[in-house]
Amino acid sequence: MARAKVKRASTVIDMTAMCDVSFLLLTFFVLTATARQPEALEVDTPASVTQVKIPDDKLGMVTVGDGGKLFFGVKGPQIRTRMLETMAENYKIQFTEEEKARFSLMDEFGVPIHNLKQLIAMDMEDRARPGLQPGIPSDSTNNLSNEMYHWIHAARTATAALYNEQMRISIKGDANEKYPDIKKVIDILQDQNLNRFSLITKLKGGIDAISDEE
Amino acid sequence: MAELNQDGGGKKGGKVRSKKQGGRVDLTAMVDLAFLLITFFMLTTSLNKPNAMDVTVPDKNKEDLEDRLEVADIRTTTILLAGNNKLVWYSGMFDNPIEGPETVDYGAEGIRKVLLRRLAEVPQKTNGEQLIVVIRPSDDATHRNLVDILDEMKIVNTQIFSLGTILEIENEFLRQHNLLSN
Repeated sequence: MARAKVKRASTVIDMTAMCDVSFLLLTFFVLTATARQPEALEVDTPASVTQVKIPDDKLGMVTVGDGGKLFFGVKGPQIRTRMLETMAENYKIQFTEEEKARFSLMDEFGVPIHNLKQLIAMDMEDRARPGLQPGIPSDSTNNLSNEMYHWIHAARTATAALYNEQMRISIKGDANEKYPDIKKVIDILQDQNLNRFSLITKLKGGIDAISDEE
Repeated sequence: MAELNQDGGGKKGGKVRSKKQGGRVDLTAMVDLAFLLITFFMLTTSLNKPNAMDVTVPDKNKEDLEDRLEVADIRTTTILLAGNNKLVWYSGMFDNPIEGPETVDYGAEGIRKVLLRRLAEVPQKTNGEQLIVVIRPSDDATHRNLVDILDEMKIVNTQIFSLGTILEIENEFLRQHNLLSN
């Protein structure tokens, strides 16, 4: 017996599954885009035509902003732990294993080393409160009073010891920061015979390019 | 499935409704929107990454050696980054400039024209030697000024440039022309 043909109702494609998938992806991208850790010091970097992206690892970043405050951050938890151990030795401060572990998750910090324990004990949200971190002390000497110099040095030795590679260093300065504050950082780098570094910029284009033409 | 089955319910005394077909919601527009947003978020996350501009500064310990290096005055152009987003350029030595000093603006209409002209004329005058640009930021220059001028070096493709320290006579000159606050 021939089967009776089922009459097709319509040719409308069912979009439900596609809708589900696309919203799942959308949720994923929204979350990854915003779940970035809040920066300890917000800076508005100047724009340039450079297309080179910053590397993802073995990078130390000095942030200059808010009237010459210096912040320092290193990519990579192992380098951070090693750097902290070196610094603890230099400044005769003991850090517990837990403090080291918590420090290795900190992207950026800007406190004198004697206040570092308090900062480590804080919550992530509290750390990012504007104005909380006063910046890392620095001066024009190579003594222990120039903590910035020693942080950079410790980070470089840690990178060299762990990966046998030179750490790249970059300066992320606020666009309205005066040159002497930037110069201070460049001088610290030059004191370590570090004559190649990079400046962090954002891409020039869109609204920025239009306002520049005026 | 996204089918809205409307149940008539058992209202008493109600009209006898013709039974509606299950209202199927058209999700096409919603899917369109979702994919548009996905594209947007994908692009913004990858474009968010900051760029790195490489800078090389002369070695500090060899500064004395470099002072002794003889360079023809005609090859050099010094750019002083003054306050108020202005810059001053001159060629040769400051006490005995070949050209300038002249105050110009940043950007295509200002310093870029000067640099392009100098880049073209220096090899002609010196049998193929290249232009040397010295950048000297004053205390009033901002970080944006510094990045702008380094960017300009890249745009006009200057091969040799360096970042130097401003001289006191140059500071004095800027002060006289109200381009430096103190």
